[in-house]
Amino acid sequence: MNIDVLFGVIQIILIATTPLVFAAIGELVTEKTGVLNLGVEGMMLVGAVSAFVTLVITGSYILAFLVSILSGILMSGLFAYLVLILMSNQVATGLALTIFGIGLSSMIGKPYIGTPITGLNPYFFVILSFIIVFLVSYFFYKTKLGLIFRAVGESHDSSHALGYSVVKIRLLGILFGGSMCALAGSYMSICYAPMWQENMTAGRGWIALALVVFATWKPGRILIGAYIFGGVSILQMNLQAWGLNFPGQFFNMAPYLATMIVLIIISSNRLRIKLSAPASLTIPFFKGR
Amino acid sequence: MSENILAIKNISKSFPKVIANKNVSFNIKRNTVHALLGENGAGKSTLVKILYGLLKSDEGEITFNNHTLKVQSPSEARKNKIGMVFQHFSLFDSLTVRENLILGIDQNMSFSNLQDKVNEISNRYKLPLDLDAPINTLSAGQKQRVEIVRILLQDPELLIMDEPTSVLTPQEVESLFETLNTLLKEGRTILYITHKLEEVINLCHEVTILRNGEVIESSKLVNETAETLATKMLGKKLTEIKTDYSKITPKINLSSKNLSIEFNDPFLVDLKNISFDIKEGEIFGIAGVAGNGQSELMNLLTGEAIDGVSGELDFNNIDIKNFSPKKRRDMSIAFVPENRLGHSAVPELTLSENILLSQFPASDFQNNGMINFKNIEVQAKKVIEKFNVVTPGPEAKASSLSGGNLQKFVIGREILSKPKLLIISHPTWGIDAGAEHAIRQSLIELAKNGTSIIVISQDLDELIEITHRLSVIFNGKLSKSYDTREISISKIGLLMGGQQDD
Amino acid sequence: MINILPEFKARGNPSTLMNFLVPIIAVILTIFTGSVIFVLMGFKPTFALYTFFISPISNSYGISELLVKATPLALIAVGLAFCFKNNLYNIGAEGQLTMGAVFGGGIGIFFHDTSGFWVLPLMIVGGAIGGALWGMIPAILKVKFNTNEILTSLMLVYIALLILDYLVVGPWKDPYGYSFPKTRSFGESGRMPLLFQGLRVHFGIIIALAAVFASWFIFSKTMLGYQLKVTGFSPTASKYAGFNQNNLIYIAFIFSGAFAGIAGLGEVSGPIGLLYRDISPNYGFTAIIVAFLGRLNPIGIIFASLVIALTYLGAEDAQLFMQIPAAVGFVFQGLVLFFLLGTELLVNYKISFRSKL
Repeated sequence: MNIDVLFGVIQIILIATTPLVFAAIGELVTEKTGVLNLGVEGMMLVGAVSAFVTLVITGSYILAFLVSILSGILMSGLFAYLVLILMSNQVATGLALTIFGIGLSSMIGKPYIGTPITGLNPYFFVILSFIIVFLVSYFFYKTKLGLIFRAVGESHDSSHALGYSVVKIRLLGILFGGSMCALAGSYMSICYAPMWQENMTAGRGWIALALVVFATWKPGRILIGAYIFGGVSILQMNLQAWGLNFPGQFFNMAPYLATMIVLIIISSNRLRIKLSAPASLTIPFFKGR
Repeated sequence: MSENILAIKNISKSFPKVIANKNVSFNIKRNTVHALLGENGAGKSTLVKILYGLLKSDEGEITFNNHTLKVQSPSEARKNKIGMVFQHFSLFDSLTVRENLILGIDQNMSFSNLQDKVNEISNRYKLPLDLDAPINTLSAGQKQRVEIVRILLQDPELLIMDEPTSVLTPQEVESLFETLNTLLKEGRTILYITHKLEEVINLCHEVTILRNGEVIESSKLVNETAETLATKMLGKKLTEIKTDYSKITPKINLSSKNLSIEFNDPFLVDLKNISFDIKEGEIFGIAGVAGNGQSELMNLLTGEAIDGVSGELDFNNIDIKNFSPKKRRDMSIAFVPENRLGHSAVPELTLSENILLSQFPASDFQNNGMINFKNIEVQAKKVIEKFNVVTPGPEAKASSLSGGNLQKFVIGREILSKPKLLIISHPTWGIDAGAEHAIRQSLIELAKNGTSIIVISQDLDELIEITHRLSVIFNGKLSKSYDTREISISKIGLLMGGQQDD
Repeated sequence: MINILPEFKARGNPSTLMNFLVPIIAVILTIFTGSVIFVLMGFKPTFALYTFFISPISNSYGISELLVKATPLALIAVGLAFCFKNNLYNIGAEGQLTMGAVFGGGIGIFFHDTSGFWVLPLMIVGGAIGGALWGMIPAILKVKFNTNEILTSLMLVYIALLILDYLVVGPWKDPYGYSFPKTRSFGESGRMPLLFQGLRVHFGIIIALAAVFASWFIFSKTMLGYQLKVTGFSPTASKYAGFNQNNLIYIAFIFSGAFAGIAGLGEVSGPIGLLYRDISPNYGFTAIIVAFLGRLNPIGIIFASLVIALTYLGAEDAQLFMQIPAAVGFVFQGLVLFFLLGTELLVNYKISFRSKL
């Protein structure tokens, strides 16, 4: 393989991995405050379609991204209202968000399937993804507010006793997660694809959830995990392109199989998971009890 | 400045099922230690949570330093120079001491400033701290030290201490009292919440007694004895409980030889060479400060977590250390773990359904996997009746019972199985005095009929009252055993603090 | 500001009335929200609601179609109840359904020119085994490696769909099917018998009803049901009782997978008659909603499956008569679940509303 090919592969990996980084770092912040949002896939799809439709209608890229992020805030805000105020089960509510998001995005996007757009240069977002990971890491480990976020995820009872508003902090964490998922979706429909197609995220939202476990809830490790996945997916495409005589479906399984294998390796160390997961993850907070 | 630092006037607070505070009024004099005395459920915690901004009162007024105090949150309370040390620490286990201190102060403080201030406080009050240690590596006493330093960083005028001694050794209690005296000399005021009578007499200047949410008395402590305080606190006299040594037989029922387990987990305590013998009809107590291996030992004895156990646990000469809880029950061993809700009972299920949790060879609750609903209901009724459980009936959900009634139900369920050995952890934790008395009495009755009982408890008074013999667990090691009639409190205290057997 | 922040007062005992009413309230709120959406899209609400909810079931053909859709939903949902009661979030029923169709359908293809009363039962058993095996994977991974079953069961959906895809374009491709991605048809003995002449409702509904009844019996009368319930409410209490939690994980996933597998086989040997790419319109995911809407109660699940099946039919009619994409059905399904989850706390709490945080 000559150096140009290698460079080309690296480019493709960077471009393909960026949405995973956005979605995973968003979910990581949500989970750090003690909330599990399984709606990543749904929020990504709604983010993707709202950006795409806005772009087609207005022609403005900036507006497209703004509308997309707004959609992420609305979707995650709905989730937040249910789990924080109405104290619904986080797992079930996240699933509902994904089912709702899949339906809503297909419904809105139906007339736009096949509409051509001019894609945006992805490198701005590739760099942005690295910057966001760095900022999140700085926020958690170098600022007082970041410490409060971690504290709320660790013990909402202690946080409440010290006078921190558990609901407000968690709301911020959930909304940030929603914005990042929408950003990941809009990047896919406007830069990566660039087009709209039903279910175009193809399980990336779920892989992002697995990446948070892989990263053992440490922001920097999101990058490592995401790029391993990105590498595996691109590798299978290349192997296919190089004409290995093997049915394509088996190559396409690679990201999903890789996710499972990674989960097995990371999770089998029970102690490590126990020590790194936010202690109050998925446990609802009842004020005044 | 007026004589009173705090005046509480007609505070009322009710919850859906109970009235926690009813027209509570009393004053706290500046620069005194004021005791708030009452048994579990008397409304002490509710009152101080209102004071600290964690709960809102339905009615009433609080005056602090001559102005009306309306705190909406703990940080406002702290701005008003009110600090609180919680009974169940408000610390974050996986964060470091430094991070925990930062979380407890409201103003922005630079790193070196914080360091200096912590050092100064540590020296002045003799409260040494390792700032980089994660909280989960600290003992209960050290955790409390972190809480106190965190409050002192705010320089409070009024310090609220909520049952501060419940997790300390007698020696640690003494050094806590020294710290409190230093604080008093500096002109601060302390509101001391407790249900321990001796502490009130030894430490406090004034006392307010709460019963069922109402103030029974608020006055200077003169001529009060433990008995007079107890009568006021409980509203009645309870008969004394007496242990009976005459029914103990020489036959050894359970014998543990070098029982050990290693977890490799910073949240758990490894157990090292636990050895003891229990005779038929004997009540054996295990004392110790929380977090020294009690729950790990309990799990070994019940069979709930036994992966990697070594040594021997002989019950009537059969080594049961690898037996499951079910297999142990088949040999007529019964257990009552510390937590009622979610461990010895399922809150979402009815009392009848909760009967099914522990099945013994004699119980006739199922037939080839089919539940016999009639029999479990009859059994539930029997437990309710024999142990005076206050509840509408066997169809009530476990979650609807008060702590004391649910504990009576759980212990009754186990006792009715006529066990040969009963292993029980913290039998009267967090329940009212009436239920506490009834439970202790029923354990003594059970032992008289030949059952061996192991009681694991942090409550020294309880162990001294009901056990025949006791050992102390410290850092996963069990001391040799002592006759309860002979061992002194200070000796137990030293063992709880880690002194080796002579 | 509108008062959206509720204040809760705990009830002493959970309200049995509310437990029953909550799903009904959720459905009513969904219909109401749906009408608002239709009005916003410029439709007359009466026309839209009639098109969506009434016209699809206004004749015997419509009722039959409703039952055809409700059959797999109820069967899968009642299987999921085994998992959900035990707090195991198996969200991979779509994959288990697919593997059931592959195993059972494979038998059907193998015996496509054989006739005999035993072909269909063999296929059903094959479907159950296929689904159960696929369901066992996340269970084993959870027990042995502590992996999160939500993520593994979902990954297995994608893998199962790719396996099906591989089979229908590869080794099992219909030799006379030109280049269409489908297998040859099963023989007559490999088809679910129809219950009424001219209608598509088939024998699968009898199987589903039997499964629902059996599950009701297990949940309410046996120690197994009790053990699942206790473990779901409180794993610590289950340990205390001495229940074998690993076995309970296996049992829950086996029931869940087998029922989904039978549902998958029912689809291919019922309405379809062969294997191809899109054998299920997301039944495996939608059944999650059915299970919750039925409150994990087998009888409740029957009603919930009918309600949710109607959203499929309604969406088809909406596409036909109102030019709204059929995906609107999934939007309704998501809304039902939101409202259900949002009102669930009425069971344990009384509510009043305020506006300040």
